[in-house]
Amino acid sequence: MSLKNLLSGIPVMLITLFTAGYSLAGSTINGAGATFPFPVYSAWAYTYYKETGIRLNYQSIGSGGGVRQIVNRTVDFGASDAPVEPEKLEKDGLYQFPTVIGGVVPVVNLPGIKEGELRLDSETLCGIFLGEITVWNHERIKRLNEGLALPSNKVTVVHRSDGSGTTAIFTTYLSETCKGWKQKVGAGKSVSWPAGIGAKGNEGVANYVKRLKGSIGYVEFAYAKQNRMSHVRLKNRAGNFVEPDFESFEEAAASGNFDAERHFYLWLVNAPGKKAWPVAGATFILLAREKTESNKRAVKFFDWAYRNGDEAAKRLVYVPLPESLKNRVRDYWRRNGIY
Amino acid sequence: MGKESSLSGSLFYVFTVISAFLVILFLLGIFYILFSESYLAIREFGLIGFIFSQEWDPVRDLFGAAPTIFGTVVTTLLALLFAIPVAVGIAIFVTEIAPDYVKAPVSVAIELLAAIPSIIYGMWGLFTLSPIMAGYIEPALQQTLGRLPIVGILFEGVPMGIDLLTASVILSIMIIPLIASISRDAFNLVPSIVKESAYGVGATRWEVIKKIVLPYSKLGIFGGVILAMGRALGETMAVAFVLGNKHQITTSLFDAAATITVSLANEFTEADTDTYLSSLFYLSLILFAISFITLGAAKLTIQRLQRGGAR
Repeated sequence: MSLKNLLSGIPVMLITLFTAGYSLAGSTINGAGATFPFPVYSAWAYTYYKETGIRLNYQSIGSGGGVRQIVNRTVDFGASDAPVEPEKLEKDGLYQFPTVIGGVVPVVNLPGIKEGELRLDSETLCGIFLGEITVWNHERIKRLNEGLALPSNKVTVVHRSDGSGTTAIFTTYLSETCKGWKQKVGAGKSVSWPAGIGAKGNEGVANYVKRLKGSIGYVEFAYAKQNRMSHVRLKNRAGNFVEPDFESFEEAAASGNFDAERHFYLWLVNAPGKKAWPVAGATFILLAREKTESNKRAVKFFDWAYRNGDEAAKRLVYVPLPESLKNRVRDYWRRNGIY
Repeated sequence: MGKESSLSGSLFYVFTVISAFLVILFLLGIFYILFSESYLAIREFGLIGFIFSQEWDPVRDLFGAAPTIFGTVVTTLLALLFAIPVAVGIAIFVTEIAPDYVKAPVSVAIELLAAIPSIIYGMWGLFTLSPIMAGYIEPALQQTLGRLPIVGILFEGVPMGIDLLTASVILSIMIIPLIASISRDAFNLVPSIVKESAYGVGATRWEVIKKIVLPYSKLGIFGGVILAMGRALGETMAVAFVLGNKHQITTSLFDAAATITVSLANEFTEADTDTYLSSLFYLSLILFAISFITLGAAKLTIQRLQRGGAR
């Protein structure tokens, strides 16, 4: 008897479930893509849901997947760590704008050298990663570090083994500043490395660098900061040696030429600002041009994040966009009728 | 009553038939998708050109499978080499030698080992095993075996603990439980009357194991080895952490390499060009073919052995 009651209850339950699901779908923004901004998007989404009741469902499946999903129109927005070329945006009917800035920091493990003491410029860094400079007391490193007692350890290069936006930013920097790199290797999310060993993820690179004396690797800015890795000071385009910190990243973002006409397509490497950190990059959102309604909802969320999300972003060691750039993005939304 | 049973009988029949055909359908479906997705790369690089090319350069859109096939085959063979003696040893100990109060805990431990997810093996490999390999085992190997002629080239280079050897050791730890538990079951099937007769005519324990137990259960062990090989060929996460994912063919076991599945896991999410993605599908198609051929060959061997046994 009770079983029968239960059975007759099932259709009702199903109907309630479906309608609940339906009304829920109306207030959910679906996105997919880059893994790098996932923590900050989740933090924003959490507060946004509490304030507005609108849910953001973000799947961090990787930038490649994010681009593919939005091209196939299966999500409301895609996210990519690498800027998508304006030509491809035209072809696939997409909008693009940046959300936060991140960057890449070379980290080292050198006996006797303290955090931030080692100074490198792009040519030397390039020589190291090309495998041309094989010892730490090499003439070219000595010249940049007068007064520093460089050890005679062999250089071990550690690079990412998985495809990643971090690698894309780093190799773009090397390609733009060093001819030899551009000819022999080039830039991309994964490249054919001329030297060193590969590690999976930021944590893999950090682990190897911590363990191997004389090693040099590159990790995301947030990862280097949170794990207090021994970073390197880099010479920027203006000729100054700079520390990787919020100020130098903000200056890089402010001096970068983000052009709304080209849908903000920009690799933020070798930025001209006086104190700008030379290896940075924005992470981007992609929208489908014809879906005005869902775009408006997504844009509302990111506009809210521009206004209220800087604190949360900084706490998670992402660099918020400078106010001028935010306003340019808002103009871009307005011009395209989704704001 | 009779009618009802025939109804449920035919329902059951239909159910089993559908289930069986679903499996074949899945297999064909997977094959079709892999083939159609990799068609672009097949057209671009061809079969021979892809399998024998050592190039893997995403920037220039040039791809070849030789390094990953090499990595997959070498790690699998090495893992089997390490695992088979240990696993068979465990099984012999548990069935023939250990007293009852030791049997149970050892058996449970083996089964628990099999239940550990592979990602945990990977993390353990990265944080625990690889420093041990780099700090102690690999330098020791280099100073002993590494000095021999010919064999020495297997142990060249700077030991980092992120290499073919470490990956193979992790893999072997993962497949030991498979081989051990299947071998144990096979040993338990040896009729005790045969063993007792052997003991009766004065055979030692060693002789009984060598001449009675092992020959009697070789099919079972072989089956376990085949299952383990299937797992080793496809294992991804554990290997991804300790192999270095470098597309290269090396002579030294202390060098980084890549396997097919590790390349897929590492590069799939960020594969941005069509050729790149298609080449990754092509790699998985090749792995599909390798697994299919090896398992098929194993099946044939088992059948031949069985027929030989019956004769």
